[in-house]
Amino acid sequence: MNTEALSSSSYLGEGAGPAAWLLTTDHKRVAWLYLISLTAFFFLGGAMAVLMRIELATPAGDLVSDDVYNRLFSLHGIIMVWFFLVPSIPATLGNFLLPLMIGARDLAFPRLNLASWYVFMLGSLFALASVVFGGVDTGWTFYTPLSTLYANGFVSMAALGVFTVGFSTIMTGINFIVTIHTLRAPGLTWFRLPIFVWTMYATALVMVLATPVLAASLILIVLERMFGIGIFNPALGGDPLLFQHLFWFYSHPAVYIMILPGMGVVSEVLPCFSRRPLFGYKAVALSSMAIAVFGFLVWGHHMFVSGQSAYAGVLFSFLSFCVAIPSAIKVFNWSLTLRKGEITFETPMLYALFFLALFTFGGLAGLFLAALAIDVHVHDTYFVVAHFHYIMVGGMVTAYMAGLHFWWPKMTGRMYPETWGRIAATVTFLGFNLTFFPQFVLGFLGMPRRYHTYPPEFQFWHILSSAGAVVLAIGYLMPLFYLGWSLFRGARAPANPWRATGLEWQTASPPPPHNFDAMPKVSRPAYDYAMKGLQHEKFSPHKDEA
Amino acid sequence: MSFGIPFTPPEASSIAGSVDLLFYTLLAFTALLGVFLTSLVIFYAVKYRAGSSADRTGERARSLPLEVTWTVASLLIAFVIFGWGAALFMRREHPPLEALEIAGLGKQWMWEFRHPGGQREINELHVPVGKAVIVSLASQDVIHSFFVPAFRVKQDAVPGRTTHVWFIASEPGRYRLFCAQYCGTQHSEMGGFVTAMPPEAYAAWLGNQGQGETLVADGEKLFGALGCSGCHGNSSKVRAPDLTGIFGRPVALDNQQTVIADDRYLRDSILNPKKEIAAGYEPVMPSFDGLVDEGEMQMLLAYLKSLSARDTTKSEAIH
Amino acid sequence: MGASTESVAFDKPAREQAADTFAMWIFIGSEAMLFGAILLVFLIARISYGPAFAAASHHLSLPLGTLNTVVLITSSFSMALAHLFGNRGRWRASTWSLAATALLGLVFLGIKAAEYTMEFREGIAPVLGVPFTYDGPDPVHAEFFFGLYFAMASLHAVHLIGGIVVIAGMLVMWSSATQSSRLRRVRAIGLYWHFVDIVWVFLFPILYLINR
Repeated sequence: MNTEALSSSSYLGEGAGPAAWLLTTDHKRVAWLYLISLTAFFFLGGAMAVLMRIELATPAGDLVSDDVYNRLFSLHGIIMVWFFLVPSIPATLGNFLLPLMIGARDLAFPRLNLASWYVFMLGSLFALASVVFGGVDTGWTFYTPLSTLYANGFVSMAALGVFTVGFSTIMTGINFIVTIHTLRAPGLTWFRLPIFVWTMYATALVMVLATPVLAASLILIVLERMFGIGIFNPALGGDPLLFQHLFWFYSHPAVYIMILPGMGVVSEVLPCFSRRPLFGYKAVALSSMAIAVFGFLVWGHHMFVSGQSAYAGVLFSFLSFCVAIPSAIKVFNWSLTLRKGEITFETPMLYALFFLALFTFGGLAGLFLAALAIDVHVHDTYFVVAHFHYIMVGGMVTAYMAGLHFWWPKMTGRMYPETWGRIAATVTFLGFNLTFFPQFVLGFLGMPRRYHTYPPEFQFWHILSSAGAVVLAIGYLMPLFYLGWSLFRGARAPANPWRATGLEWQTASPPPPHNFDAMPKVSRPAYDYAMKGLQHEKFSPHKDEA
Repeated sequence: MSFGIPFTPPEASSIAGSVDLLFYTLLAFTALLGVFLTSLVIFYAVKYRAGSSADRTGERARSLPLEVTWTVASLLIAFVIFGWGAALFMRREHPPLEALEIAGLGKQWMWEFRHPGGQREINELHVPVGKAVIVSLASQDVIHSFFVPAFRVKQDAVPGRTTHVWFIASEPGRYRLFCAQYCGTQHSEMGGFVTAMPPEAYAAWLGNQGQGETLVADGEKLFGALGCSGCHGNSSKVRAPDLTGIFGRPVALDNQQTVIADDRYLRDSILNPKKEIAAGYEPVMPSFDGLVDEGEMQMLLAYLKSLSARDTTKSEAIH
Repeated sequence: MGASTESVAFDKPAREQAADTFAMWIFIGSEAMLFGAILLVFLIARISYGPAFAAASHHLSLPLGTLNTVVLITSSFSMALAHLFGNRGRWRASTWSLAATALLGLVFLGIKAAEYTMEFREGIAPVLGVPFTYDGPDPVHAEFFFGLYFAMASLHAVHLIGGIVVIAGMLVMWSSATQSSRLRRVRAIGLYWHFVDIVWVFLFPILYLINR
């Protein structure tokens, strides 16, 4: 393939020096800045996970010391939650695609967008610097009074880092909300928006409204550590459970920040490779909003055995069963989308189908945790670990990989190698299940989480899980290589390689600097895939009036 | 137990069986639903793969009654599971009246238990089979969590308050005890075993332990040593409330409110006596905050509770 | 197109201005959650330890608190004037009003600092390990009250400092800004300033006026 510079009409051709990238306000380039930094964080956090799994292959703590192990899982959590999962799809794919999907030249506030990346880097590197000094050993949850009075790590640094990253999250959230409200192309009504945009909207709302509560709790922790104010310290009249309430008031909605965008990606990919419109479009769109709202009402289900009132426990349990409903609606709609389709199994589709399976099982496992009497037994065990990894990794990361492959041609102008993609997707799926399914059994057996050593009778399941982690790591490393390779050697991508609907496919791959040569108009609903009998007809862009 | 690989935890308490019944019911329901959905997706994926000759004509049939039926059905099942789980959970709130109360203290990184007779154990807990045991939990430093998988019970021990967990061991044996809430460097070492033994064996075991003072006796000594008896005693000059039979009784406060003298009230009154002042008394009691650690607090509470048990015919949690 | 918009995304300045205002409102919503979370903590504590909180509140200086409330409301008024003058193109008056707003903000901070000093002297500032000498009933929960008071008042002060810095920055770059971008900025900072003011209007009664 000719590696001649891409045509100057592409956003990639607009200046190549570091300054052209680091000072860009083009949302597509900012997306790349995020993509590169998030990839680094993902593999850093992943490496810590692999180290932990190797340690856990034997019951004794023989590879690393207890202090090191505790720092590993704390940082694994902090990095994966705040420096990867929360920004993952919104800051990379969302940043790149949102203006393209709604037919805008850029986000509403391009400079704010770039600033958000700098703030993100500042905060995350600040938090990481705590590792250099000696690490953090509070777990990602920063529970008081461990974090305020007893932890010997650099808790304030890490907390301030996370706090700073919160600003970047809020900036992105505000930018997305305003963009979706004000910059939709003519004719692109709310109910013609792709579901991806809907989920970005719901995510942005949660970002803007939940992140400040995390900020409040982190501020109070830092005030307590540095200035001795005792809001969470019982000796000074405070209450340690107050922190848990504040923390989960943020962190439960944050779980939806971490999964809604994945739902958005899958809602794009499944219809495209089934060549059918999304089943129940409105139900899927509105259930995203329902999830965003309900997500604020269930934080207490993290605290059933904490000593909070039993009646509060019953109420939170009930609400938690309710929040499962909109997710269930989505799963039914995605499954039925396949019906009477013309299904092909390219890499994005494989990832999307694996998402569907893993998200379903992870979500069903959530019912066990919502049921009070069972939660008493499995709370703070590997059952919980398995549950949220099924949602966060099996769900969100799998969807992220689906989206990355799906829009890779759009972002780079190159095709990735299809065979390698399919192999990697399958390896990931198998490795994931091998890693995390045994953890459900471990949890039921009573294996508590965050244990550096464990009783020997649990070893069988731990060995399976550790073996799976290695397979999973290979599954995630493969795309790093072949996608990197395809950047320079991949086949040139046409504007619309998947014959997909959506405005982003109507412009060149890669798109020109301001996205569209002529600003698009929209007159048709989303997912207007050709019906039976027309599936071989070339998909016609509906740029013109129908 | 096939090939020595454990699949299920032992069931060794009176509630373990009922929790497991709920667990397996839910497992059956979720497995059925999960397998159904997965099969549906696989079935569609195979049937409607590109190039297959499957019939794709006609609109996608949407049978509203069918959709409503199965949505409502899964909803109802979910709510049954909710109610079932909640009902079992509420049993935690109502321990049997006739129960053995053991004080459990979590500290970095060990569990310390004291039996009513004063016998102390660290990271080991001996309990009789067939008798209700209440473990009253406190923590000296950070949050810990008392977790015995075989009993299906778990409760956090939170600094600054007393929490309770109760169980009736049903099978003699040695079962794992864990700390489930991450508590710092040696979190994974904080645990040991609960030994459930027949009541006679338990009595014998108690007898073989050192001749430690009982918790109540220790508390009584402390009550004298800290000077509490100087004011609260019968022959004191300072007028202070008589503590005989105080536990579990309503106390009128000087702000026209009434509180029940429970663990929380007694603890607060010792550490922070000016907070709730009994009606008719001068707020002259000094705070013992910093003078009494969590272990000593448990002794004092045990002693104060014993004052109720001695005087009233109704048996309280302690005897 | 584009000549007078700052972002390439917008065709018309009017649309961009609407987006600015909208974004500021969302930001304020976000800020409201921040203060709301801490206010909720306060509320729960207030219900649990009512008498202790009421008694502790008497140790705050009501005259200084009231004075500060007046100062802040006046600053909001001058901020509104800045906006009004800007709308009519009277930029000189608008500039002075902005400067007055920032100045009143500084006065507020000065009074607040004096209050903090008094509280340190009295020994009711539970920060930095300063000995806590409080003679009222239930000192433990009184300390909790003062902890919350310092946390909330300081968080508010940080927001005020942020506003003053932004106003100062605007005034420095005043001459190089076009009229329309000046107006946009005044509108945005004005919304923010009023919000910070309103937060104080909530804080003042719950901190100073409980049970007076």
